[in-house]
Amino acid sequence: MDAEAAKLIGAGLAAIGAGLAAGGVGNVFGSFLQGALRNPAAADGQQGRLFIGFAAAELLGLLAFVVAMILIFVA
Amino acid sequence: MASEGGKIDPMHQFMIEPIAPLNLAGYDISFTNSSLFMLIVLGTIWLFMLGGMKRDLVPGRWQAAVEGVSGFINNMVSTSVGPEGKAYVPLVFSLFMFILVANFVGMMPFGIVPGVHAFTVTSHLTVTAVLAILSFGTVLVVGLWKHKLHFFSLFVPHGTPWWLMWLIPFIELFSFLIRPFSLALRLFVAMTAGHVLMKVLAGFVINGLNADAAWVAPVVSLPSFILMIGITMLELLVCAIQAYVFALLTSLYINDAVNLH
Repeated sequence: MDAEAAKLIGAGLAAIGAGLAAGGVGNVFGSFLQGALRNPAAADGQQGRLFIGFAAAELLGLLAFVVAMILIFVA
Repeated sequence: MASEGGKIDPMHQFMIEPIAPLNLAGYDISFTNSSLFMLIVLGTIWLFMLGGMKRDLVPGRWQAAVEGVSGFINNMVSTSVGPEGKAYVPLVFSLFMFILVANFVGMMPFGIVPGVHAFTVTSHLTVTAVLAILSFGTVLVVGLWKHKLHFFSLFVPHGTPWWLMWLIPFIELFSFLIRPFSLALRLFVAMTAGHVLMKVLAGFVINGLNADAAWVAPVVSLPSFILMIGITMLELLVCAIQAYVFALLTSLYINDAVNLH
């Protein structure tokens, strides 16, 4: 296979990681909402933890983007 | 924007171009568009703070806005660090304001003026890395200053079984050392990815309008334009969330340094 084509295929495969991170972020907010609707009084105090979980899940999706960018522009 | 042969280069917006070239002892220290936009961000924050520091007993609208932001950061730091966190509010507030305003200034539609292009300061790893080093360096200096060598007990959480002592400290050390990278990378990539996405969608709109076939404009350009409005709102949300996450993680890391585990 041509090296250039292999890079682009790799970058495309990295996009799967972005999709999986979307599932993770959705899970974070969905679970928060489930808990928050059961006990709305406790929801406000957990907002910090919500965004920590969001940040951790999102970072892995962003890393997939970095891998794609490195394959296209650097490697 | 480079548009040769109908192809729009989404990475061109991140180019750093010198405005006033300047060389000092072999180093290129030109005044670039990045420096210009940092100055714009600084001026915006300065004006915003200046209008709200009147210290009226009954705050006006502007003062209420400034007090709202500083109260928000004060609240966040004091809930995560505790009463000792008062000293770190200025640092976290400066980081938060700089990132927030830099993100928003980068989203401003200056492009409608020909020859002018908004530049997102935080879309460069060099800038976000310096911000992350500020946050990480504060943690190191404060932790080692306050607790001396006892600071290293941070890597041995309470209740670690003795037979895991060969593993847990290395995991903790690794997760500690990766913090500046994750802080810098998160902000940089979130801004870069958002701006690339918006530029690609804008390319769909422009190229669809310029296409030879008449059916392309309503079929491609119009849905892309509607999608772009939604994506722009999402990006504005991401701008605010990224600034909040950076400030929140910084205050959590400072909590580690001040209170250990």
